[in-house]
Amino acid sequence: MAYRAHIVVSGVSAETLEVKSALLEKLAALGLNEEIEVREASGVTAGGRGVEAVVYPDATHYANLTPEDAALIAEEHLFKGRPVESLIFEGLTVEPLPEPATKEVRVVLRNVGKIDPGEIDDYIAEDGYAALGRALTEMTPNDVLEVVKTSGLRGRGGAGFPTWLKWSFAQKASGTPKYVVCNGDEGDPGAFMNRRVLEGDPHAVIEGMALAAYAIGASQGYFYVRAEYPIAIRTLRLAIEQARNYGLLGDNIFGTDFSFDLEVRMGAGAFVCGEETALMQSIEGKRGQPRTRPPFPAASGLWGKPTNINNVETYANVPQILLKGGEWFASMGTEKSKGTKTFAIAGKVKRTGLIEVPLGITLREIIFDVGGGILNDKAYKAVQTGGPMGGCIPEKYLDMPVDYESLASVGSIMGSGGFVVMDEETCMVDIARFFMEFVQEESCGKCVPCRVGTANMLTVLNRICEGEGRPGDIETLEELGKQVIAGSLCGLGKGAPGPVLSTIEHFRDEYEAHIYEKTCPAGVCRALIEYKVDPETCIGCTRCARNCPVNAIAGAPREAHVIDPEICIRCGICEQVCPVDAISHA
Amino acid sequence: MVEVLAATDKIIDAHGTDREALVEILREVNDEGGHLTKEHLQRIAERTNLPLSEVYSVASFYTMISLEPLGRHVIRLCQDAPCHVAGGREVWEAIEQELGVPFGKTTLDGQWSLLTTSCIGACAVGPVMMVDDDIFGNLTPDKVREIIARYRQDDLARGDAQGGAA
Repeated sequence: MAYRAHIVVSGVSAETLEVKSALLEKLAALGLNEEIEVREASGVTAGGRGVEAVVYPDATHYANLTPEDAALIAEEHLFKGRPVESLIFEGLTVEPLPEPATKEVRVVLRNVGKIDPGEIDDYIAEDGYAALGRALTEMTPNDVLEVVKTSGLRGRGGAGFPTWLKWSFAQKASGTPKYVVCNGDEGDPGAFMNRRVLEGDPHAVIEGMALAAYAIGASQGYFYVRAEYPIAIRTLRLAIEQARNYGLLGDNIFGTDFSFDLEVRMGAGAFVCGEETALMQSIEGKRGQPRTRPPFPAASGLWGKPTNINNVETYANVPQILLKGGEWFASMGTEKSKGTKTFAIAGKVKRTGLIEVPLGITLREIIFDVGGGILNDKAYKAVQTGGPMGGCIPEKYLDMPVDYESLASVGSIMGSGGFVVMDEETCMVDIARFFMEFVQEESCGKCVPCRVGTANMLTVLNRICEGEGRPGDIETLEELGKQVIAGSLCGLGKGAPGPVLSTIEHFRDEYEAHIYEKTCPAGVCRALIEYKVDPETCIGCTRCARNCPVNAIAGAPREAHVIDPEICIRCGICEQVCPVDAISHA
Repeated sequence: MVEVLAATDKIIDAHGTDREALVEILREVNDEGGHLTKEHLQRIAERTNLPLSEVYSVASFYTMISLEPLGRHVIRLCQDAPCHVAGGREVWEAIEQELGVPFGKTTLDGQWSLLTTSCIGACAVGPVMMVDDDIFGNLTPDKVREIIARYRQDDLARGDAQGGAA
């Protein structure tokens, strides 16, 4: 059926469906349901702008929608032909922002938010499966490998190993059958790029895997997706079924000798399963614990057979590289880091969400131009890149280009591409403690230095944050950090001390303030801060005293109030409710 | 119990008794009843021909497989950095205060379980929590109180609950 217009609704929260049904209801009431098609896509910006809707053919982009807004759009824009200016995205942001995100280049995300992931025809209309068709009918497996080599594509799971090299190891390995595995166990806090790709453009990943399978000589593939991503799993299963129905998966694809099929395996909640050897243990139905390497998966992977394992984003790049050529991909990025990379920006920036930019762009461009700068115009303090094992990068490196090598040179990692931005109100010791808590909990326990060492580091960090830090604690942390790195098998243990060591390196003064002066410069660690009423500003409205959960505030109406630090639990409610900002903490 | 194990058998039949199906079987049986009992584990061990200790070892490794009963509604609050930086601590406290139990516990009336979760990939709208299968973002203490109230009201309207802990 031909439609006059389409409206694509997207978002990540439960409100998305409410907006969609309000829209459908209103369109039906206006008698437009035959003329206008409502589609649901995966969030354009991963929810940073609430529920979004894009009206085609004019591509009007609405954001932060409520069900009432949706009804208004139906009536005004779709019925009367007048776009609702007040809801259009660019005019919507709370604060005026500098130039919009023009530095983005979309390769991996090119279809996300644009096509319906539940319709294989949508993907095919965007040149989908053309690369696979060409490879199978016009190219040898070695030709495919050669194009990927020219492109300079490196593993997007974080370590940055050259993709073609990994493939060639699996290709040359003896043993059959061979397997390809897609690592969709995106567990890094702050990283949601794989989720967006799987939910928004699943066929791109399937096609990338099929190309890898052709290159290495595999006929069976496994998708390993974490159970925390139920929508991604549903989308993927549907996509695989549609690809099978079209003969794009299964036997004799495109009438050639090449046969390939895929199965989805779900995790069950274990961060360490993102590590490739642990992931394969989990696919085999075991506890997901890493094992020693070598042998690498290319030689001995799933069930001891040669296995190629790549990240979702790595595979999603491959069809485009095959179609447009390795040179095209290599024309973007830096000398050693080619192409684009997705980054998930979260934390204290004005524009959070998912972006894709050429590698080599500076941190400053990402945070201040694309991300719009620090929320409420506070001062930048650090950005933590690469997930819970990444380091915190201070202001002096903001003009550094973002690539694998540069990030490593300042004690951080590319990782999966998470960016957690912190401002002056973030305590770096508290953040280090926070990440240590995370890795300590997620340590699988196999390597003693990781299991016990992280617990010891956490004990020391806890005591520093609680005001009981002792001289020598910083040195203890540094020593323990070295031992955990040296004595752990996998990336989790080897990376676990990263946040602590990098914050000690770049923000040592904050550690010292906690230990020697018993103060928390950012005003976060509760044992080290005190709430005070400024008697000059206080108007004696009694609101703070009435809201205090422990009755720590005394004072008669219309007279200055006083907080008793012995009773105060530092919950901060008084500071929030004070109408004249007379209460502060330090 | 016979019925419970019949459901377990059905799931095992669907996946087969190969070793590689174990994680999937455990997770599905868990999702069906909310948690795994000793009887479940024994049946799965028997059918897959694995030692009970091995089945227990795998079940206890994964956080989304529970060996204890959970409440009617399960709140899973993201405890990871982006949510923490965005005000997760205040939300955490508000939820505990509202339901009267700390995280990791279930309310006495069995209505609510409070759990934390690792990142659910909705960081741009943090702090984030899941109530059962629904994701809620941009949380504030007021907003979580509202959401909990809405669930209580819905439960009351259906007449099948007391509306959670006082």
